[in-house]
Amino acid sequence: MPEPSTPVESCDVLVAGGGPAGIAAACTAAASGAAVILVDDNSAPGGQIWRSRRKHPQKGLAGDWLAKFSAVTVRRLFGHRVVAAPQPRLLLVEGPDGAVFIRCGKLILATGARELFLPFPGWTLPNVVGAGAIQALTKSGLDVRGKRVILAGSGPLLPAVAAHLKHAGADVAFIAEQASAAKLLRFGFGLLGRSGKLRQAFTLWRRIRPWRITPGSWPVCVEKSESGLKVVIQSGVARHTLYADYLACGFGLVPNNELAILVGCAVGSGGFVQVNHENAASVDWVYAVGELTGIGGVEKGVVEGQIAGSAATKQAVDRVLLRQRAAAVKFAAALADTFALRAEVRNLADAQTVICRCEDVRLAALSGLQDARELKLQTRCGMGPCQARICGPILQLLGLPGQPSVRPPIQPCRLKTLAAQIKE
Amino acid sequence: MAEKISLLVNGGKITADAGVSLAAALMNAGFVRFGTSVMAEPRGPLCGMGICMACRVQVNGQRGIRSCQTPVREGMEVVLDA
Ligand SMILES: Cc1cc2nc3c(=O)[nH]c(=O)nc-3n(C[C@H](O)[C@H](O)[C@H](O)COP(=O)(O)OP(=O)(O)OC[C@H]3O[C@@H](n4cnc5c(N)ncnc54)[C@H](O)[C@@H]3O)c2cc1C
Ligand code: FES
Repeated sequence: MPEPSTPVESCDVLVAGGGPAGIAAACTAAASGAAVILVDDNSAPGGQIWRSRRKHPQKGLAGDWLAKFSAVTVRRLFGHRVVAAPQPRLLLVEGPDGAVFIRCGKLILATGARELFLPFPGWTLPNVVGAGAIQALTKSGLDVRGKRVILAGSGPLLPAVAAHLKHAGADVAFIAEQASAAKLLRFGFGLLGRSGKLRQAFTLWRRIRPWRITPGSWPVCVEKSESGLKVVIQSGVARHTLYADYLACGFGLVPNNELAILVGCAVGSGGFVQVNHENAASVDWVYAVGELTGIGGVEKGVVEGQIAGSAATKQAVDRVLLRQRAAAVKFAAALADTFALRAEVRNLADAQTVICRCEDVRLAALSGLQDARELKLQTRCGMGPCQARICGPILQLLGLPGQPSVRPPIQPCRLKTLAAQIKE
Repeated sequence: MAEKISLLVNGGKITADAGVSLAAALMNAGFVRFGTSVMAEPRGPLCGMGICMACRVQVNGQRGIRSCQTPVREGMEVVLDA
């Protein structure tokens, strides 16, 4: 029996991603009277940061925008993900009830970022997890009361996760921040000009004070022992051995740029989508906002979302927003500079360290390969179930031959969805 | 107090609070190794957010279910390392 043809919906503006940036974009575009559809993989709005606190009505920025979003006329497709872009201005979306094509005038990409994982001896052991991961697992019910956790990596996520874990009853034994004390200090002084950020930093500091963050330190290797994970930490010239139930590492964030690449947007270093001052990407019907254009936090996402929401619907872009954007982009650059990974940390893997976890490809197997094609033919690196989501950014960071190219589907989807045909 | 539900893991019964993710329930019950890699090394959840696929288990006969993205349900039959 022939499959019933896949339905096609149309809109003026399609927003991919319902985090802070996508919400601001959708609200602003809808205010012009444009027909707006927002698609997000998750079952509720909010993205990485606003989603999980929805039990109580939220205050501040989150509360304002979530309230605004619930009041505007936007078609909301939660639990739906964009899996392919078969033609310009046409996207294939999969939801719980099947596939749908969405034809759009403009596309605003707000797909956010994910954690960067780095390989070091032992990183594939169970209970060695991401820093954002242990936070997410705790929010979804993991009981960390009395568990000893070592946090390691770089960036503002570490103190945020430390505070979260402490609140959940964990014993955070050590926080290793690879950035030097000098860099952190310079960054701290930079915050003096931004009262909001400084207040945030202060609150965090008060909450985690019982353990200090140790700058200039990083994990060297981890192994299983009778007393849990045995973690070796490099701290300046000294090495310490510590024991823990969990080693949670967060070395930074990398953009979820697969959809952007699929529709042809130019990406720059670090994989960030290149945009102009109104967040227009290199493809004329596409805008990119939020973490996708540079890691800068919620404020940057909200400002860029509003700018793109206006620009995509031919509304005049508020000059104040453009000024705020310039400041946010500067802050993002300061973050990137402060928490740039030192060479020692990028090169922790030894010859026997697994780089591609899905296919167990070790570093030794990757040396001497010329390009992405050879990589694929000889090693299967990046061809496992995670579709290079974990090892792709690692290859890039290690300067190894190219990340495998982006192909649809960019998210796991049903075969039936892939077979969907557009009826002209 | 959260409502308790029970599930079967590798044939044994465990209990969990209703509403938690399957990954969290399994870890709370003491499971550390969720599966093995192609070279038979033990693996467990890494990303906690549906990206790495390291937390996949078999649920009610269906393989490859990401436990970090799956809420627990009463009577679920789970197989680790299937
Ligand atoms: C693991 C992690 C933990 C963090 N913890 C903190 C914290 O504790 N405190 C803090 O201040 N900041 C934290 N941040 C940073 C914060 O999340 C960001 O500043 C902010 O959420 C960025 O907003 P955004 O809208 O750009 O992206 P996001 O909030 O990431 O939203 C992107 C959305 O797009 C969706 N999406 C992606 N691809 C597709 C697709 N193909 N189809 C459909 N939907 C898609 C995602 O499901 C997601 O909901 C964290 C970030 C990460 C990655
Ligand atoms: S822990 Fe990574 S997909 Fe579940």
